[in-house]
Amino acid sequence: MTILVFSVILFFGALIAGLLGSLTGLGGGVVLIPLLTLVFKVDIHYAIGTSLISVIATSSGAAAAYVKEGITNIRLGMFLELATTAGAIGGAFLATYLPTSVIAILFGVILIVSALLSFARPADPVTAGTPSALSKKLRLNNSFPTPEGEKHYLVKNVVGGFIMMNIAGVISGLLGIGSGALKVIAMDNIMRIPFKVSTTTSNFMIGVTAAASVGIYLKRGYIDPGLSMPVMLGVLGGAFLGSRMLTKAKTKSLKMLFAAVILVLAAEMIYNGINHTI
Amino acid sequence: MATTKGARRIGGKIRDADLEQIIGELLRYGVLASSLVVLAGGIVYLVRHGGQYPQYQAFRGEPDKMRKPVLMWEAVWRGEGRPLIQLGLLILVATPIARILFSFIGYLLEKDYLYAALTVIVLLVILLNF
Repeated sequence: MTILVFSVILFFGALIAGLLGSLTGLGGGVVLIPLLTLVFKVDIHYAIGTSLISVIATSSGAAAAYVKEGITNIRLGMFLELATTAGAIGGAFLATYLPTSVIAILFGVILIVSALLSFARPADPVTAGTPSALSKKLRLNNSFPTPEGEKHYLVKNVVGGFIMMNIAGVISGLLGIGSGALKVIAMDNIMRIPFKVSTTTSNFMIGVTAAASVGIYLKRGYIDPGLSMPVMLGVLGGAFLGSRMLTKAKTKSLKMLFAAVILVLAAEMIYNGINHTI
Repeated sequence: MATTKGARRIGGKIRDADLEQIIGELLRYGVLASSLVVLAGGIVYLVRHGGQYPQYQAFRGEPDKMRKPVLMWEAVWRGEGRPLIQLGLLILVATPIARILFSFIGYLLEKDYLYAALTVIVLLVILLNF
């Protein structure tokens, strides 16, 4: 297989990953790394670097639209970025010391957790009551536009959410994924903010979180242009197509299918990790 | 959509909603600019090396000209495609970082010094590790 053929196949693989990731809300990174390592036999260090680049591309592209709609809670995002960026840098350092087989196993476990979490029902948001002192001081309580007008909400359990975000940051830096599922869980179930706000705010933070660890990956030579070029362009194209397709009704079955694919990939990653073939 | 929250400018003061618009545009153009540079670098790369065979099985690490921005820039002027792709990726990475910088300026103008301080810390955490 020549570089030209390899690049074209990778582009279309990334296109599908980006499309599915955007339609299901699971992100493209979770299938990119298994695609690169299991199908194309790319070393996992290169795969992580490539995935990190695609994560920044899709999150920035999508955040551009959400931020302008006024749904994203930018203050909450900025505040939690303290936790995610610090975690991401720790994770990136960890990645350079852990053996590849351990990274593969960890990746598989996180894949399974992410797929399962995507089916968890979000807790009901808190809209009334007295805001906590910390959330008031940090001006986190906010509102967002809905068809029925501005809807107010309160941010609960700021410290718990912050700690969870720190863990999500470590995982993002270690495995080169956005870990959006963990971020949304932290905001939905711990901080109890509305689903729409948590998904867009999570997406807003993903780019900055990945940018924090990408410097370390670049310096260590994990970011390869020949891999990043087709993957970044493919994932962006796929995410763009996904945002144009209004297949709201079929999202549920698509999500099931995608989750099934992820579970198979996760099993494969763990198997290869245990056998030291990755 | 843009006018629901966007037009609340009172007495010429910068509001959160104005910041949202600016940040949205910044992200959009950052991604667009980097995609174009990556595409250009990709075309040069495929024309020059498309017929060769990829080697990614074993991790060898990238050479200096793929890791250090100054060397990337010099290699681009020698007509190389791969360093140009890397420069495009740097633009992509710079996009969310520039977003933090804009937020910092915005918070200063809003006189929200707590958040101005928080954004500076995030910015330093990222830049010191680059």
